[in-house]
Amino acid sequence: MRFTPHTEEDRREMLRQIGASSVDELFSDLPAAVRLDRPLNLPEGLPESEVARLLSTLAARDLDMGKYVSFLGGGAYDRYIPSVVGEMLRRSEFYTAYTPYQPEISQGTLQAIFEFQSLIAALTGLDIAQASLYDGATAVAEAAMLAWGQTGRERIVVARSVDPQYRAVLRTYAHGRGLEVVELPLRDGRAAAEDIAGAAEGAACVIVQHPNFFGLLEDVDSLVKATHDKGALYIAVADPISLAVMRPPGAYGADVAVGEAQGLGIAASFGGPYLGFMAARQAYLRRLPGRIVGETADKDGNRGYVLTFQTREQHIRREKATSNICTNQGLMALAATIHTTLLGPDGLRQAASLSIEGAHRLGDGIGRTQGVDLAFSGPYAFEVALRGKASVKDVQGAMLKAGMLGPLDLERFYPELPGHMLLSVTEKRTTEEIAKLLDVLQGVEA
Amino acid sequence: MKTIFEEHEAGRGTEYLPSRKVDLGAYLPAGEIRSELPLPELSEVQAVRHFTGLSRRNYGVDTGFYPLGSCTMKYNPKINEDTARLPGFAQLHPYQPEETVQGALQMMWELQRDLGEITGMDAVSLQPAAGAHGELTGILIVRAYHESRGDTARTQVIVPDSAHGTNPATAAMAGFEVVHVPSDERGGVDVDALRQLASEKTAALMLTNPNTLGLFDERITEIAEVIHAAGGLLYYDGANLNAVLGHSRPGDMGFDIVHLNLHKTFSTPHGGGGPGAGPVGVKAHLRDFLPMPIVTNGDGHFHLSYDLKDSIGQMRSFYGNFGVLVRAYTYIRALGGEGLREVADDAVLNANYILSLIKDHFDVPFDRIPKHEFVVAPPEDLVRQQGVKTLDIAKRLLDFDYHPPTVYFPLIVHEAMMIEPTETETKETLKGFADTLNRIIDEGRENPEYVKTAPHNTVVGRLDEARAVKQPKLLERLGG
Repeated sequence: MRFTPHTEEDRREMLRQIGASSVDELFSDLPAAVRLDRPLNLPEGLPESEVARLLSTLAARDLDMGKYVSFLGGGAYDRYIPSVVGEMLRRSEFYTAYTPYQPEISQGTLQAIFEFQSLIAALTGLDIAQASLYDGATAVAEAAMLAWGQTGRERIVVARSVDPQYRAVLRTYAHGRGLEVVELPLRDGRAAAEDIAGAAEGAACVIVQHPNFFGLLEDVDSLVKATHDKGALYIAVADPISLAVMRPPGAYGADVAVGEAQGLGIAASFGGPYLGFMAARQAYLRRLPGRIVGETADKDGNRGYVLTFQTREQHIRREKATSNICTNQGLMALAATIHTTLLGPDGLRQAASLSIEGAHRLGDGIGRTQGVDLAFSGPYAFEVALRGKASVKDVQGAMLKAGMLGPLDLERFYPELPGHMLLSVTEKRTTEEIAKLLDVLQGVEA
Repeated sequence: MKTIFEEHEAGRGTEYLPSRKVDLGAYLPAGEIRSELPLPELSEVQAVRHFTGLSRRNYGVDTGFYPLGSCTMKYNPKINEDTARLPGFAQLHPYQPEETVQGALQMMWELQRDLGEITGMDAVSLQPAAGAHGELTGILIVRAYHESRGDTARTQVIVPDSAHGTNPATAAMAGFEVVHVPSDERGGVDVDALRQLASEKTAALMLTNPNTLGLFDERITEIAEVIHAAGGLLYYDGANLNAVLGHSRPGDMGFDIVHLNLHKTFSTPHGGGGPGAGPVGVKAHLRDFLPMPIVTNGDGHFHLSYDLKDSIGQMRSFYGNFGVLVRAYTYIRALGGEGLREVADDAVLNANYILSLIKDHFDVPFDRIPKHEFVVAPPEDLVRQQGVKTLDIAKRLLDFDYHPPTVYFPLIVHEAMMIEPTETETKETLKGFADTLNRIIDEGRENPEYVKTAPHNTVVGRLDEARAVKQPKLLERLGG
């Protein structure tokens, strides 16, 4: 395929106008030593019909998810997405635009981001939100950098019950700035306020996910208090779906809230593109990373939106910027905005409630099933952590054979949890599917 | 236009999920349950009209010509949108067993290999989510490489004065001190100055080639020698790779690390500010420092390998912006090697064509053959006497349905306008744009006020950016 429209006659005329004899002449300043003197070693180009065939063939080598029921979660979820979301995202005025540098012709993108910021602030119960980050993991890392910038302290405390992907990325980012990362150990799958007292001495922040990676509810009130007692910032990690029904970070005293918003209308897509978000108390406005949109007006008083507080950003501030982020996840933020608008408060609450109910049906069933047990005690939601006599691999195999996907092997991330696994339930899982899963779990031989 | 909060009316929502009543009190402690949830309620038709309305207040490549320098706003082929949404790709969960995602892994493995061939690099990671994220990955690799050799006194990253803002911001984020090297009179790196700056403290030089002036640095091999002799690494910012596809490869220029912007060079849409993808390629001696996992191929199967002994770790969740990777892979298969070289040919031809049509109306700071983009400034007398500036010209272009070029960048050219037409535009479009630019310069002399008060035909006029900071309104709440 070619997307270069010139005819030979076009090229001749253009070269005549330029005053060059050939296109190669336009490359004459490339030194011979750095020129590629052979064609690129790539498969030959294909017409669209063949490209379509090739990609369909590749995609067909993957499991046909239309025929499988997924109980995999742990940070990426199979949630229902209304048809409108996909339809609107294909409006090419949105997806073929660049970052809205020219506000007069970018009011669509800008207002959508303004609405996204508003929705995230409402969900988290905090004062301000920015335009998006790459994903939940980098949002956690950026929040730690914010806390370091704010406090000047070089120790970052993170609960071990935070998503292992997020902790891994946090360590990578922290190493760059030369910061120390300290983990709060698991106490029955949770963080404990007693552990903060020692770990958070001289810390910039304490990072806690709630409900945590295992779906367990953390004792956030005591954790917030212990964190603030040490003068550190409390960074809450939350799934926005959970915030539809649960007390938001702003209400329990968090200073910053971050997370992964893939559950708001974004396909699982083998791990990306997803949507990181960050909300904070007003005091941290000038420390936020990335884009922020604000409302203003033109000289006739017409309302309009612009990128604002840009003196935080790399293109103005260069090495003194709060982050190097430039391109973020704009279209994914639009997806989340459309999704949240469609579902509204009732729909979002229903997605969360049905998921929690399903998780408890599964959890209760596991309690009654021989050979498997809940891994931890206390309240939980969305995810069910369990341990069994059979190996995780055998459970995965039995589920796959029964047309189901799951569970996640927790030992992969937690050597201290051998034989532990994680199942996840969304609003898409029916009572029958959960019953069938319990049958499979019952039948796996140790 | 109204916001979704102004459109709100309680009880208007549509049912998307089963309405079965759930008693949350049975599952969660009472104190954890939220009572209020101040989100707007719109009917589906209202929502569809709202977002369609927003889209009509936007401008994309499909709307018209978008010569935004350094951003490579080429046409985004529609087949890419279809392939990325194939259920076999779009519905995969990242924690699925490897044997159930062999197609996805094969695509990634081939893309790693092809991007390596295109850039002249030996190993590629697809994990970084955008260009700046790729830069951070690359500079963390620089840091890890020097650390692995116990060479910890290398505290400086050298960046040209013409560099993108992300370069110095990235170096700082990776814990380095930023040192600026000036440009010479031909617009390239001042090699004599570079010799003075390069030292046992040098960790790396970050360079874009062609640079942000659209000029190919002819002394690139000399630059590479200076940096390597000092013990530093050479980092290639791939923002401008579109200019040299199939002509020259960063690996052959002496670069050790490169990041690409798939949303520029490889036709994936920019999405109004992402998602992008910023794969990073390295020479063989840096392979083990790449972020994990990478995709490997052995015994007829594709694997996610976590077997890199010096890896900098993980840069984000999972494996990358996978949906963006599918689009770029589709593009590379559609064009092939020959098609990619033709992309560079026509991108450079188109830039030179526009320049040839406007050079008598604008100041041209460097009299050289540009590559895929070039930088000009409005004539000095027009700026000084009539007060017509680059911003005014950009805003006046909006009235003619063009997206303006990048303005006031690079910082080393006063009143800069950076024009990048890309390869996908017709001669007529390029000519029409050049004629319009010239007309605006003439108009600026005859009727400067009209240009200075542009745009006149957009849904809003020039917006008061100072007010947005002085009286910040960064969000709206239900009920005001």
